[in-house]
Amino acid sequence: MVSNPYFALAVLFVAGLAFGLGPLALAWAWAKFFSPRKPNPLKNSIYECGLVSKGDAWVQFRSAYYLYAIIFLIFDVEAVFLLPFAVAFTGLGAAACAAMLVFVLLLVEGLAWAWAKGVLTWA
Amino acid sequence: MDQQLKIEMGEQGIVVTTLQELYNWGRRSSVWPMNFGLACCAIEMIATTMARYDLARFGAEVFRASPRQADLMIISGTVTKKMAPQVVRLYNQMGEPRYVIAMGACAISGGPFKQGYNVLKGIDRYIPVDVHIPGCPPRPEALLEAFMMLQKKIDSQPLTGNERPRFLDAGAPGEFPVPEQGEHDLEPPANNLVWPVAAVIR
Repeated sequence: MVSNPYFALAVLFVAGLAFGLGPLALAWAWAKFFSPRKPNPLKNSIYECGLVSKGDAWVQFRSAYYLYAIIFLIFDVEAVFLLPFAVAFTGLGAAACAAMLVFVLLLVEGLAWAWAKGVLTWA
Repeated sequence: MDQQLKIEMGEQGIVVTTLQELYNWGRRSSVWPMNFGLACCAIEMIATTMARYDLARFGAEVFRASPRQADLMIISGTVTKKMAPQVVRLYNQMGEPRYVIAMGACAISGGPFKQGYNVLKGIDRYIPVDVHIPGCPPRPEALLEAFMMLQKKIDSQPLTGNERPRFLDAGAPGEFPVPEQGEHDLEPPANNLVWPVAAVIR
């Protein structure tokens, strides 16, 4: 086992893990055994800038917001890939251009779908 | 241990300390105030944390925005009766050990608004205050002085015996009731645990 070339790496991994988890364990032990505890309902209540919190924290968001996420993704991903594409455009081969075209068309299809669905109309 | 002997040993390169000293040294060197300002005194408090006055020299530059992570509440300004319940609730939500500095005339007595109907006449009616700073507003140097005073207070606290701080005393109260808005005043008008009722002489 020691002759394995990855043995040193394994030792390093375990040491690194101990380095991270050791302080956490010490902090946990200190809190568990030594920290003075004075819990009460006021202290354990939800922190809300001093005010009594209203309602439940587990509120539901409208699922209709997925549309905004999708449209954001279309433009965001497009921008991220179009910039390097434009920079390297003159040195690209036909295959690369075709691949990029397919990619852009896929995103445009998403946009067309959103348009047809009427998402882009304000109010 | 004898102070003189301690200094002599220190000169020889031997550091002697007690658990209590070490504990209190750690406690006083990392007092994190709460990110919480009430009125004009808060501007002086902000100035104290900035480069010119540099509260970081005392290990207190980290202003925490949550009472769960803060040790020190600086009541920096006028406590109106509308705000008082929130202040007391925030104090309750802080973890032990916790300290309070009442900064400025308003926080310690109501100040220029003492005769008003809507200002609390001193936050020490509801929560125990460690250091009071007079002034309207106190200069940053005054806040630093109060901070050093608080550190001295922490340093001198024994960890055992009757003089031990509240957080080490299992029987000491940990909850300070939050007042509610009554018809004419806050209900109750004061917490009798920290604010003894004045005797009425007729």
